[in-house]
Amino acid sequence: MREEQVVEISGETRPRTFAGDRTTGKSRHALILQGDTRFRFRKAISGLMAAIVAACTVFGVAILWIILGYVLVRGLPALDLAFFTERPMPYGEVGGGVAPAILGSLYLIAVACAIGLPLAVMTAIYLSEYAHGRFGDAVRFVIDLLAGLPSIVVGVFVWTLIVINTGSFSGLAGAVALAIIMIPIVARTVEAILNLVPNSMREASLALGVPTWKTIIRVVLPAAKSGIITGVVLAMARAGGETAPLLMTTLGNQFFNFDLMQPMAALPVQIYNYAVAPYADWHTKAWGSALVLITLIGLLSLLTRWAVRSQKLVES
Amino acid sequence: MSQQTIEQTTTEAGDSPAAGMEVRNLSAYYGNFLAVKDVSMPIERGKVTALIGPSGCGKSTFIRCLNRLHELNRGARVTGQALLEDQDIYASNVDPVQVRRVIGMVFQKPNPFPMMSIYDNVVAGIKLNNARKSRSELDEIVERSLQGAALWDEVKDKLDHSGASLSGGQQQRLCIARTIAVEPEVVLMDEPCSALDPIATFKIEELIAELKERYTIALVTHNMQQAARVSDYTAFLLSGEERYGRLVEYGPTEQIFTRPQEAETEAYITGKFG
Repeated sequence: MREEQVVEISGETRPRTFAGDRTTGKSRHALILQGDTRFRFRKAISGLMAAIVAACTVFGVAILWIILGYVLVRGLPALDLAFFTERPMPYGEVGGGVAPAILGSLYLIAVACAIGLPLAVMTAIYLSEYAHGRFGDAVRFVIDLLAGLPSIVVGVFVWTLIVINTGSFSGLAGAVALAIIMIPIVARTVEAILNLVPNSMREASLALGVPTWKTIIRVVLPAAKSGIITGVVLAMARAGGETAPLLMTTLGNQFFNFDLMQPMAALPVQIYNYAVAPYADWHTKAWGSALVLITLIGLLSLLTRWAVRSQKLVES
Repeated sequence: MSQQTIEQTTTEAGDSPAAGMEVRNLSAYYGNFLAVKDVSMPIERGKVTALIGPSGCGKSTFIRCLNRLHELNRGARVTGQALLEDQDIYASNVDPVQVRRVIGMVFQKPNPFPMMSIYDNVVAGIKLNNARKSRSELDEIVERSLQGAALWDEVKDKLDHSGASLSGGQQQRLCIARTIAVEPEVVLMDEPCSALDPIATFKIEELIAELKERYTIALVTHNMQQAARVSDYTAFLLSGEERYGRLVEYGPTEQIFTRPQEAETEAYITGKFG
């Protein structure tokens, strides 16, 4: 009977036969389930930790918003039609725009993609589908080193390789430098994505008598499409913001130029040149250029998200 | 040359159902690890041959040797012979890709291509191999294959839906449709029902009985009742203390389950181990 099982509560541990507390009238299960002071303490710590994590997130995101807001406030006054359509004015003159730099940046990224993406994606395919031994590990290690290379070093390298040998700063040299920066990022993200494609899908294709190379192109790559696009856009955003290697390769240009063998304008270089100049109008234009650059990269991300999302809808 | 041989077998078999196989002294390795040792057995034409045995006895490894899928694992290799009619699929001049066109496979976990529609899943083997087919030919293949896999009535109104939208049992039948769409001689099935519920399992078993009219079937199963229900011949594989799998006994299914010749077989089918 219940009466016989009543045991005094003493300290933290309660005997299993505990049946209830006569003095408070609480049942055995109420006492077990309602917890003790330690439970309340744990709950408080849990709440505190959640608050700290949330605060850190808010702080981190706030910094980003402050930067964005400041660039917006300082850059908006620079934006007018001329800013997007005209070329920069000579030293000291007010007016003009950064059209050559906007077009130059887009052009450079496009050429860098043309050079870098095939190399990077094929490296990723090799690493994911073929390289399983020590050589593959060595390649992965080297690619990770390359990804960590300071971009100024890439700039110096391309300067030695192309600018010195051709005798001229050029858009091509800049595109090569950007491609070198993009390759390790794309190669490693795409490799990771390809590794996520389940082996059963490869086997399904191979068991239908589809050759390995066709399985990779027609089954594995399409299955990894959204991830590949994300990796490519990440790399494009990174390359689009690079300044140091461009200073040593494309140099910058005040005029419209689409000859890859000539110096070319680019937004980061334009920002740098405007920012270090002693004219207030140019400072505003530097902020405006920064705003344009951020917007371009943001648009790129949004476009990708949209493309990836519409693809997922098809899948489900 | 070898390609011709196999393709010839395909065309010749137009009237007579399927082709049989003959495995001779086949051993399978993962690197230096011997997984299956010295198996010799026939896979009779137009019949269902079940491979039973406890987990880890090498039956899946063995069946994957029959369409040269095993060797795609890193370090994996195969010794011995597997004849499709008179042609050894392991002969040095045989293209493994051609082997897999003639000897299809259905896997344990249904694996339709998630980015493709039901229609495209069925003709995946044809499209991925760039075979030139008109739309009406493809339509016909899709209908015939889905009917062959007993799935047509359930999906005929939603052929453009994703293959991943189907239930597990439907997905597995879609995979069977995909396999028979390329008109193989032999269909290998690696525990095709182990991820399915009893009703879906029953449907697949019914389907197997129909499929053997046109195809030679080898079926791996850990379910002895299933082997007894659907197969004509049964092979019992076992890996004992020696770690590698070996063929203990092969014979007509009825004999294996009623009068096994080996003590190990009897112990296994009566549930003494495994």
